[in-house]
Amino acid sequence: MALSTGESILIIAVCAACTFAERVLPFAVFGSRPVPPAIRYLGKILPLAVMATLVIYCLRGISFAAAATFVPELISVAVVVALHLWKRSTFLSIVGGTACYMLLVQLVF
Amino acid sequence: MKKTFVFAFRRSLPILISFFPVGLAYGLLMQNAGYNFLWTGACSLFVLAGSLQFLMVSFFAEGTPLATVAVMSLLLNSRHVFYGLSFVEKFRSFGTWRWFLIYSLCDENYSLHCAYRPEEGVIEKWAYVLTAALVTFYWLVLSMLGTLIGNLITFDTTGIDFALTALFVVILLDQLRDAGTKLPAGIALLSSGVCILLFGAANFILPSLLLTVAALTVLRPRLEPKLAETEVA
Repeated sequence: MALSTGESILIIAVCAACTFAERVLPFAVFGSRPVPPAIRYLGKILPLAVMATLVIYCLRGISFAAAATFVPELISVAVVVALHLWKRSTFLSIVGGTACYMLLVQLVF
Repeated sequence: MKKTFVFAFRRSLPILISFFPVGLAYGLLMQNAGYNFLWTGACSLFVLAGSLQFLMVSFFAEGTPLATVAVMSLLLNSRHVFYGLSFVEKFRSFGTWRWFLIYSLCDENYSLHCAYRPEEGVIEKWAYVLTAALVTFYWLVLSMLGTLIGNLITFDTTGIDFALTALFVVILLDQLRDAGTKLPAGIALLSSGVCILLFGAANFILPSLLLTVAALTVLRPRLEPKLAETEVA
């Protein structure tokens, strides 16, 4: 430990407070009064957009400079999509796609 | 209640798979930085934000000034501000338990909450609470295990963290099938692409979400009627 116990606790406290503050903000602003229609609309439609953003966020590490840093990701995402369109079993799609990715990064690339 | 628990457990399994390597790796990093499993547990319990917790390891190593720690935490997790917007009224109806759901509103819980669909015999409130509790528990236990015994794991888990990507892809596909419009996902993809080009892959998420919110607001007259169709269906 490079820091003292007190300094370490302070870092945890600041990170915990900042994270909670961001999570609670919408509830603090709209929590006890009627939600304005514009915000209610955003609340309903945002998940349909944010999930696509989160997929890109997970894949942000890929680079088209070398095959090894994007081909396994693209193939595995394609496997997840294909499995899910075919069987529509969440568990099968995730396990199949993950196994495919692990095989590709460990054995092929 | 038993049925609700089974329901929550089944839905939480993909998160367990993806937390396995990530939690262990994080715990091991904490051990290398000289922190024991109680410190790891405190970080996981009080912060509960994977990417920030990895960054905190460097805060601990470098003794980063608290003001910098605060700014970096706020920036790194800024996407969480948007998560609550979808659950203001839902969580309000859950009473005191809403505080636990707000505290635990990380990427993983948010996506599972978004994917929630009613099922016969499943109590909605407890499905939310139990799912979030299981996800929190997995992260807490696996990260602490990483600090305790992470260096004993020899099985090559490289790539197992793809499970989280796969989960998001699956939820996105289900949404695209069920929603009355695919436009929001298209806007998000376009906005992510533009923001990656402008701000780089490391910093794209906040500008991209702001741009998406702006675009969705401008397109509200067109999109809101389609949203209503989805609810009827």
